[in-house]
This record gives sequence, structure tokens and C-alpha cells, in this order.
Amino acid sequence: MTQSVTKINVAMLKKLLVFSMIMFGFGYALVPMYEKFCEVTGINNLLQPDVVDKNIKVDMTRLITIGLDANVRGLPWQFKSLQSNVKIHPGESIEVMYEIKNDSDREVSGQAIPSYSPRFLEKYLKKFECFCFTKQVLKPGEVRRMPVKFIIDPQIPVDVSAVTISYTFFALEPGK
Amino acid sequence: MAVVQDVHGHHDHHPSGIMRWVTTTNHKDIGTMYLWFSFAMFLVGGFLAMGIRAELFMPGIQILEPELFNSFTTLHGLIMVFGAIMPAFVGLANWQVPMMIGAPDMAFARMNNWSFWLLPVAGALLISSFFVPGGAAAGGWTFYPPLSAQGGLGVDMMIFAIHILGASSIMGAINIITTILNMRAPGMTLMKMPMFVWTWLITAYLLVLVMPVLAGTVTMLLTDRHFGTSFFNAAGGGDPVLFQHVFWFFGHPEVYIMILPAFGVVSEIIPTFSRKPLFGYSSMVYATASIAILSCVVWAHHMFTAGMPAVGQLFFMYATMLIAVPTGVKVFNWTATMWRGSMTFETPMLFSIGFVFLFVIGGFSGVVCAIVPIDIQVQDTYYVIAHFHYVLVSGALFAIFAAVYYWLPKWAGRMYDEKLGKMHFWLSMIFFNVAFFVQHFLGLAGMPRRIPDYSLQFADFNMISSIGAFGFGLTQLLFLYIVIKCIRSGEKATDKPWEGGSTLEWTLPSPAPYHSFETPPVIK
Amino acid sequence: MSSKSVVALLGSATLAFYSSMAFSSKYNFPEPQSSIAQDIYDQHILALWICLAIFIGVFGVMFYSIVKHRKSVGYKAANFHHSTLVEIVWTTIPLLILVAMAYPATKTVIAMKDTSEADITIKATGYQWMWGYDYLQGEGEGISFYSKLSTPLAQVANKEPKGENYLLEVDNNMVVPVGKKIRVITTANDVLHAWWVPAFGVKQDAIPGFIRDVWFTAERPGIFRGQCAELCGKDHGFMPIVVEVLEQEKYAQWVADKQKASAAVVTTAAVGN
Repeated sequence: MTQSVTKINVAMLKKLLVFSMIMFGFGYALVPMYEKFCEVTGINNLLQPDVVDKNIKVDMTRLITIGLDANVRGLPWQFKSLQSNVKIHPGESIEVMYEIKNDSDREVSGQAIPSYSPRFLEKYLKKFECFCFTKQVLKPGEVRRMPVKFIIDPQIPVDVSAVTISYTFFALEPGK
Repeated sequence: MAVVQDVHGHHDHHPSGIMRWVTTTNHKDIGTMYLWFSFAMFLVGGFLAMGIRAELFMPGIQILEPELFNSFTTLHGLIMVFGAIMPAFVGLANWQVPMMIGAPDMAFARMNNWSFWLLPVAGALLISSFFVPGGAAAGGWTFYPPLSAQGGLGVDMMIFAIHILGASSIMGAINIITTILNMRAPGMTLMKMPMFVWTWLITAYLLVLVMPVLAGTVTMLLTDRHFGTSFFNAAGGGDPVLFQHVFWFFGHPEVYIMILPAFGVVSEIIPTFSRKPLFGYSSMVYATASIAILSCVVWAHHMFTAGMPAVGQLFFMYATMLIAVPTGVKVFNWTATMWRGSMTFETPMLFSIGFVFLFVIGGFSGVVCAIVPIDIQVQDTYYVIAHFHYVLVSGALFAIFAAVYYWLPKWAGRMYDEKLGKMHFWLSMIFFNVAFFVQHFLGLAGMPRRIPDYSLQFADFNMISSIGAFGFGLTQLLFLYIVIKCIRSGEKATDKPWEGGSTLEWTLPSPAPYHSFETPPVIK
Repeated sequence: MSSKSVVALLGSATLAFYSSMAFSSKYNFPEPQSSIAQDIYDQHILALWICLAIFIGVFGVMFYSIVKHRKSVGYKAANFHHSTLVEIVWTTIPLLILVAMAYPATKTVIAMKDTSEADITIKATGYQWMWGYDYLQGEGEGISFYSKLSTPLAQVANKEPKGENYLLEVDNNMVVPVGKKIRVITTANDVLHAWWVPAFGVKQDAIPGFIRDVWFTAERPGIFRGQCAELCGKDHGFMPIVVEVLEQEKYAQWVADKQKASAAVVTTAAVGN
């Protein structure tokens, strides 16, 4: 192998190594890209209150049924919504109540993660107040009622008449 | 293939015995080691498959407890994909690419040695994970979280093994790309390269594109497991479905990494035994490239039941169906190559025809799986198992057999036993179909994959499938016998044992000298 | 006969043909019990015929060639290796065939996603290793129970003869009325599962922390069986799904019985530990 060929080869090796490092980084870049994609298409949740235009108009011609669902994962808690479903006009603000109860004899903390069906509901659901914005810490046997205040944006596609809002409480390890 | 000695008494001194193999930088030695390693892994993966089929021979739990059964399916997949099929193709590339382009060796001989010797380490890690507390990984070869977050040490060993295998593949791919692009003999333009070299060039690019993404994915899984990150954990704001996206971004190109070199092998063998040039060479090259590009934008067709918006499902359905077009072009080209040829049917040709015949069946079931509504029914059932065994066993594996029979005279300088070779083909062909064709029916009738026990309606097909699988497994021992017999006592091979062979390796003596093409040939 | 009734007659004849085929054989999908499952069934049959036609065409040519163009019969090889026209033709034709297959599939995909206006909403939660059902909305609201494999372990261990519905039977069936649009919300408690009932053409992954939904309308009463379709650990093969479709009155009776029973016993909350 002549000297010049070796040189070209090493240059190529470097290029390809850099390329694989970039692709390794790309694997990680897929995480924020996926989150951004979900945010734009309204697939996933954001754990912050939404800011809503005060002059939003209530669309009295439509009525949307909202199913309220509750799940607990890995916690000694009972968690339920006090209304199983509500009907509202788009643009109208509403408050619904959820209740959690700690069945264990120790202090436990949990974090609620919302999920929606259809998934694009995320884009049209504006929450002012929700227990999912912060972690919840419950003393042994404590019962807590928590409100969720929200409106549904009248921009929501006209063929949507029933939606579901679901919360799942996950256990948080102590100290988090 | 120890007979491939330094027959020309070359000026280089290399160690003998075991140290020869540990320190070798010769592409032929390394190619040989890759092939033997992959055959050893093929036997291990095959042993696991026999265990799976034995458990599924009858309803009820007889041999493998459910958890161990899951470990068997998981390791069977990982070992066959990363340990058997991929190294076998890299071994073929090591032997053949330098000889087919008229280069003296691979571009980076030392790195070539490293990328091979990483493999036994990874293989040992995977196999020994069966014996650690908690057992081997049992979350499927796709190791979806949160299930893969539950396992013990075995899962970490698997992750580490995948890191090593990934590093090995990336080094191998870089080596192959550089060799092909920089070391061709004078006059061999890109569009004069043999198809096998072309398909490997494209495959190597796919490897450097997606193997690092897999490395990233398993790293995220590792930090999720041990260092408190939440990439895939809903409790911390992550999403388990994200893992599936990232995994299949690697995983789908991966299946083309395993099939494109097979296309290359078959595109060498069919013209040779038809005594006629390959039909539509340039369209073959373009078809290969477009398959590779399309393979990068179809990954989510593995996730139609994960709950995607309709737009997403439709996009991935259309893109997936589109792959059938360039694949069809290839099949038509092979048929046209055979048309009005002067064919003979030695073992490599038989395996190549078997490849085309069965790969097309796998391709059809692929199109059926691509149609979203049908996929909703067949996803994660035995239909999918049948589909990918048709493309990976009768596809990739048959092509590897064809390649070994085709080039063995050149490697060993001796002919294999033609009669036994044909027997190997026909037994493989029959038992393969007995084992896997009925699995289509099982899948349609509703048998999920990855279950150790099943309801009674599936009993008879499972028994047939198991019998076929045992037969197929045993047949492969015949292959081992044929290869050993060939190396030890085969008839002397001529320099060009196949009348129709037209690529550069047939201009070399048989067996190929330890150092070949030190003065590059000139291509007209 | 008007053209409409001809179409109707032909339609029902094909339907009867398909149904009898499905009923009498285990070589195909189970007999469809919902319009979506029927669409899937028909599209699969269509795809099979197309594949078969192409298969016979391609391999007809190849095997003719294998028989005639062999050296042993003295055939001399031609030397052509290129034809742009032929290559354009065999790129275009498959493209058109694929469009023909994609068109009906697209319509079904859109229909599958339409979970609006459901009569009853039921949440199916995957656990390692059983299903939990919560009737969230519609008739039966508030009903909640777990559904576990009821096949005795002795049958699995081959100590007892296996029953007719071996591994496909549960203690509490999910009960729905006939002809009503049922929306199933899936989620999971621990790892991924998938809720699958082949007869309804419904399969949906159940993902911890997230909800997904699917729908079906059962066309006739009966008991329909499915299984978890996503590897979920040791007992993945042992968490079947059984859906019992009842006539409207019987369903109302079932709801009344369930609600009476739950009033008597203070049940645990909807889902929990």
C-alpha cells in the first residue's frame, strides 16, 4: 500500500468516525425532537398551567362530553374522580374534583401524569389549575380533594363530541 | 479452513498456531474467523430454537418454565441477528470484497482484527448471562421498556454485549466503505463493481447510519435502569413509546442490513450459473440504493398498534408498500437473467433459486403486514414470525449457504461434495417450509408470539412446525460435515471451478494465495 | 331485479361464502363479528388473490425458463442484459397494484380511528398478569372488576386433561350489549400489554401512564376470545381476554345484578392496589 493511499484512507476513517459520533448524538436528539413533535401535534402533556386569552368566546351550539378517568400505579392510594363525566360548551370554564386517599400508614408522595383521548385534545385543553402541576404528599390515612379547572378551546374540530381526560398517579421515591 | 496457508512463502513472517489467529491482520484469516464464529453462534441460536420448538411441541408446560422460555426467545433473536447473520456477511465481505475489487487487503488491517475479536467477547457475555442470578434477558430481542427495566443483571449484560457488537459493526463498516471507495483496481469504476460489492457498500453506509443510534438507545435504557434518568419512564415525564421509535429507527434499516448483502450474493450466483450477464445491472444498483433510503423512513410500521394518529399510520403504510417496488425490480431482474440462459443447477444455484422463491413469499407477507388494518390483526402473532423467518432464514441464511458453496473452492482449494450439497439444499428447503409455512395459519387464527403455551386449537400446526424445525436443525449438522469434508479431503478445485464466473477472484489460483493482488490488476 | 338488490344479493352471497370458509377452517382469520373485522377480512382475501396472481406469473416464467433454458438440454445462452422499456413497465405495474391495495385500507384506517359517539366506554387496564375493567360511561357506569385466567394450573402442568377453552377462559368476562358502539380505553399498570380480540378486529397496546382508545360494535351475541398481544413478562401467555356479547335485555339484567352486588360489598376503588 503506498503512502498516499494510506493518507486518503485515514482521512476517510476520520470522516466516518465523526459521522458515527454524530449519529450517536442523533439518537439522543430524537428525544427532544419527539417531545417537540408531540407538543406541536398535541400528543403529550406539559406540566404547566396554560395561559388563556380572556376574550375567548363560548360556543353555545356545541356540547362536549368529557370522561374523567383516574389510575394509580405503584402507590397504596385510592384515586377517583368525583364526577365520572361532565358536559360543557367549548370556551366555558369548569371545575371538576378528584379525590385521593392514602391507605397506608406512612407518608407517600406521588406525581400525576395526564393523558388524553383523542390525543390532539392536549392542544385544545387549557388548564388553569391542576393537582398534576406539583407532586402530592399524603400523610398516613389522609384524604385530599383536588380541583382541576379548565376550558376547552372552541377551535376544537367540530366532529369531536366526546373526549377523555385521564390521570395516573406514579410513586415518587422518597427524597425526590 | 486452516488449509489456506501461506503457500507462496511470502516475505512476511507471521506467528503460527493460535497466535496466528489472534494477531492476524490478513483479510482472509479474519474472514475465516468471522465465518466460523458465526457458524458457532448459529448452532447456539439453533439450540435455543430447538428448545423453543420442543416446548411448543404440545400444549402445556413441559420443558421450559415461562420465564426461561422468554429468555430463550430473547437470546435466540439476539444471537441469530447479531451473532450469526451479521458476522457471516461481514466474513463474506472480508474474504470477497478485496478479491473482487483487486485490492491486496482491507484498508485498515489492524482495525479489522479488533472488530473481529470484539465479537467473541460479546457472544460470551450473552451466553453467560443465562447463568447469572435472575437469568438472561427475557424482554424479547426488541427489549421494550418498561419490561426491560424489570430484569436483573442479565439485561445489563445484554446491553453491554450490544454496545460491543455495535462498536464491532461500525468498525467493520468503516473498513469496508474505505476499502471499496479507495482501493479498487485501476479501471474499476463504481458502475463496474460486482453487485456483491455494491450491496455491501450500501449496507456499510446503513450500518454507520443506524448502529450508533442503537448504541444511544441502549445507553438511554442503561441510564434509565441505574442512574435515575427518565427517557422511557412515564412517571418521570418520559414515554415508553419513544423507545420503540428510537429502537425501530435502528431496527428497520437493520433488517435491510441483513438482506442487501444477500441480494448481492444472489446477483453474483444467478448470472454465473445462467452463463449470461446480470440483467439490468444499473437498475439493480438504483433499486438497492432506493431500498436503503426507504428503509430509513418506514420504522413506525412496527408500531401500528401503539396508538398512532391516522396520518402517521397512513404515511408509514404508504412508505412501506413502496419498498415492494424496488424489491420487485430485483426479482424481475433475476428472472430475466435466467431467461434464455444456459443454466446448470449446482448447489449454490439451487440455494439462490430457493432464496428467490421463498424470499418472494416473505415479501408478499411483508406487503400484507404493511396494510394497517390487516397488520392490526397479525401484529405480534405467528404470522409475523413466519414473515420474518421467510426473509431471514430462507432469505439471508440461504444466501449465506449459497455464498459458502460458491466460494468454498476458492477459499479451500477443494471442491465440496456436490451430492451432499444438493441433499443439504433439498432437506433445508422441505423442513424450512414444514416449520414455517403453517405458522402463517397459526398467526391468522390468533396465536400470539412469545407465548410458552397455547390453546388447543393451535395444537396440530404447532406440532407440524416443531417437527419441521427439528428436521431443519439436524440438516445444518450435515452442512458442517460437508464443509469439513471439503476442507480435509475434497477434490482439488481448478482456478475457475464455475464455467460462468466472471469476477476477479476467479483469475486467482485456488486456493487463493495468502496475499493476493499486491500488484493491482488492470480492468478494461 | 334492480341493481341495488343484485348488489345486496351478491354481497350477502360473498359474505356467506367467506363466513362459511372462516367457520369451517382454521386457515384464516376467525369469523368477523364487527364491520371493521369484516373489512380486514376482505382486504386480506384481496391481498392474497393479488399475491397469488403475481406469484404464478413470476414463477411461471422462472420455472418455464428453468425447464427449457438449461445446459443439459443443450440450450445456448443469449447475451441480452438490458431493456429500458421492460424495466419501466415492471416498475409501474406494481406501483398501480399497490395503489389499488392501499385505497380500501386507507378508508378502514380512518374508520378505525373514529371513536366518537360511543354508547359505552370501558377502560381496560393491563396488569402483570390479568386485566381490569372499569365501565366509565353509558349503561353499566361504575361497574369495575378484574378478569383473571380461570384455567386450573394442574391443566397447564399436564396433571389434568385440558378443557375446551384451555388458556382462553377467565373468571369474569367483559360483558357488552349487542349492536352498541363500545369504546375501549386501554392503559396499563406496570409494563406494556395489548388488548386484542380478533373477532372484532381490535388490537391496541396498553401503555402505563398513557391512555389509548379503540372501538367496536358487536353484531351478534356470543362469547369471543382474545389474548394479550404484547410481551409482558412471565405470564404473558396466561392473561386472556373474553368478551361476552349479550342481548340488550340480558345486558340490562347483568348490569342490575352487578350493581346490586357492588352495593352489598364496599368494593375497592376503581383501580388501585
